[in-house]
Amino acid sequence: MNSQSDTKYIHYLQYRGKFKGIPGWLLTTDHKKIGLLYLIAMITFFLVAMSLGFLMKLEMLKPSSTKGSTLMSAQTYNAVFTLHGVIMIFLFIIPGIPAVFGNFFLPIMLGARDVSFPKINLLSWYFYIAGAVIVLISLHTGGGPIDTGWTFYVPYSIRTTANVSLAVFGAFVLGFSSILTAINFITTIHHLRAPGMKWFKMPLFAWGLYATGWIQILATPVIGITLLLVILERTLGVGIFDPALGGDPLLYQHLFWIYSHPAVYIMILPAMGLVSEIIPTFTKKNIFGYSAIAVSSLAIAFVGYLVWGHHMFTSGISDTSRAIFSFLTFVVAIPSGVKVFNWVATMYKASIDPRTPFLFIMAFIVLFSIGGLTGLVLGALDTNIHVTDTYFVVAHFHYVMFGGMGTLFFGGLYYWFPKMFGKLFNEKIANTGLILFVTGFNVLYFTMFIMGYQGMPRRYYTYLAEFQTLQVISTIGSWIMISGILILLGNLVYALFRGRKAPDNPWGGTTLEWTIPSPPPVYNFEKIPVITKGPYERN
Amino acid sequence: MRPNIIEQVDTTFIITIGISFFLLIVITITMIVFVFRYNKKRNPVPSNISGNTLLEIIWTVIPLILVMIIFFSGYTGFKNMRDAPENSMVVKVTGQMWKWTFEYANKKISDTLFVPVGQPIKLEIYSVDVNHSLYLPAFRVKEDAIPGRVNYLWFQPMYEGTFDIACAEYCGLSHSLMYSKLVVLPENEFYEWYNKSQPIDSTINIRNTDTQK
Repeated sequence: MNSQSDTKYIHYLQYRGKFKGIPGWLLTTDHKKIGLLYLIAMITFFLVAMSLGFLMKLEMLKPSSTKGSTLMSAQTYNAVFTLHGVIMIFLFIIPGIPAVFGNFFLPIMLGARDVSFPKINLLSWYFYIAGAVIVLISLHTGGGPIDTGWTFYVPYSIRTTANVSLAVFGAFVLGFSSILTAINFITTIHHLRAPGMKWFKMPLFAWGLYATGWIQILATPVIGITLLLVILERTLGVGIFDPALGGDPLLYQHLFWIYSHPAVYIMILPAMGLVSEIIPTFTKKNIFGYSAIAVSSLAIAFVGYLVWGHHMFTSGISDTSRAIFSFLTFVVAIPSGVKVFNWVATMYKASIDPRTPFLFIMAFIVLFSIGGLTGLVLGALDTNIHVTDTYFVVAHFHYVMFGGMGTLFFGGLYYWFPKMFGKLFNEKIANTGLILFVTGFNVLYFTMFIMGYQGMPRRYYTYLAEFQTLQVISTIGSWIMISGILILLGNLVYALFRGRKAPDNPWGGTTLEWTIPSPPPVYNFEKIPVITKGPYERN
Repeated sequence: MRPNIIEQVDTTFIITIGISFFLLIVITITMIVFVFRYNKKRNPVPSNISGNTLLEIIWTVIPLILVMIIFFSGYTGFKNMRDAPENSMVVKVTGQMWKWTFEYANKKISDTLFVPVGQPIKLEIYSVDVNHSLYLPAFRVKEDAIPGRVNYLWFQPMYEGTFDIACAEYCGLSHSLMYSKLVVLPENEFYEWYNKSQPIDSTINIRNTDTQK
């Protein structure tokens, strides 16, 4: 099994199938190569959307009413924040961890040679790319770049002359990718677990993907149909959402959030699963409360369906429903909190090796806790009325999504990089990048909490002069954060070409991916392993 | 005397931030202490702990109690927000791209909201085109303007002064310029303005009072 001593060893990247070169990649059904195809696409989209965010913050350096020209026009700014949101949400955060790490590692962690439906797996990558291309085409056709915000609220999305129909159709196509990936993962988890791997002997990352999969399958059709109806409304004037045609704008908001709130858990549950993988590896210890973490993933997935109304507390829905949604929102906060306690408790009496991936976990726990706890301000009814649709929400959302899923996307990349590519990276540079990232992150987004409570509404091209100081501080934070991200990514690109060879198990992990060579062979396991103990048990 | 909405919102906020800050500090400090105390150099052999049911029950129940306190505080303030006093002065507000128009009981129309100090005001909120949201940051209240429905909010200005009215729901090109002003006047000055017959009136000499937070 040792790759160094085996001279004949051919790993998945060296393996030549029917086709060579680029066709070999584009027609591959190897779950690991599909994971890498997603990774390349996703980092590209992330960098594009990050640049848009950078431009938004530059525009915020001064209010447009002051003398001298600003960076961009109001229409451009509106398109930029919409695209920042659409690309980040639909092309990065929602598919991110399952598509890249789920594809690459789920079969290996279960002791399988591939997912249940390898061809459908490749098809879902094509749906993903097709959706992205359609959004790209929409920018240059019809009325130009979409300017509705990533929520596509009607009636504005019905009435704007921008090319909403095509962009929204792109998001519709992306839904297929999401559903097919989920079907594949759920089937794989049900059928391809190695002999002896009972449900409660499954790694927690698989539990996270399993809970996520069910949300993707059950909730995605709702947004698909809703977005199609928006297109129909724009082209045929059917009158479902636009009151001028006899429709109801609140119906749209209900349908949108019936998907998009559970979607928040699509974004975060895989990241939570990843945290539960990384912590036992670096604490050299079994995770604290395995069953509680596993079951709370399912609990979050279920209760997550019932709280969509908390996005609509000022929309005029009934007072009773607002109270119920608020109550349920607090209930769903508990399992997330319990997970955080479990992770920290795992460190008790451990033997902690604080290597780079573990530092990502520490960053995640702090950022995600701030995000989660400020969610309580938004969950409470009277404070919600004040801070909803302000920078407070923007800050909360970025702490949870970017501080949560984003940090773990990079953390996961750092954790599994030696396994995926067989190379080691420079940890000092990585840690420097991470510190810059976390520092910049807090300067950028924490100021937004303050501005939000002071009454700075979101999606504003210009703002009142009293907010300028905080806006400037926030913009400077974005520069620090982006330099951290570029260092983190650059470090890995360097390692890819110049990194030292990685051993099979550089961190001392206990799950199955660490028992096979780095990088893994094409079919993962020569012999399918037989499981006799829990995923994090040592001896 | 009705409880003050501003104070209620700020109270919920302080309770929530207090609890949050406490939890965040506990989590962060505990984590950092563990990382140093149970470092592999100091503690080369990890203990085999895989759970503790009592502990897990405790840290489920205590947060549950804490969030229920926040829920009730938020709910109490909210009930007050939704229950406009019967003696409220009703003003119709219409949002459109990109301005607010206020219409009083005597059909007087204004692009600035003038109100008498101390008087509870109930705003009935309409929209003629897309969604907007009427937001009075200084009074901690906001409600969306949705075409085809009538929403409402109420507030009670206790001081004279001029305050911002913003649009908080994205509504297109000039969303960020859709500001208007709330001007709180002494009762006699308000009624002087109110009873003057002018079709559209924002010409009153706004007294040079500072915006109060």
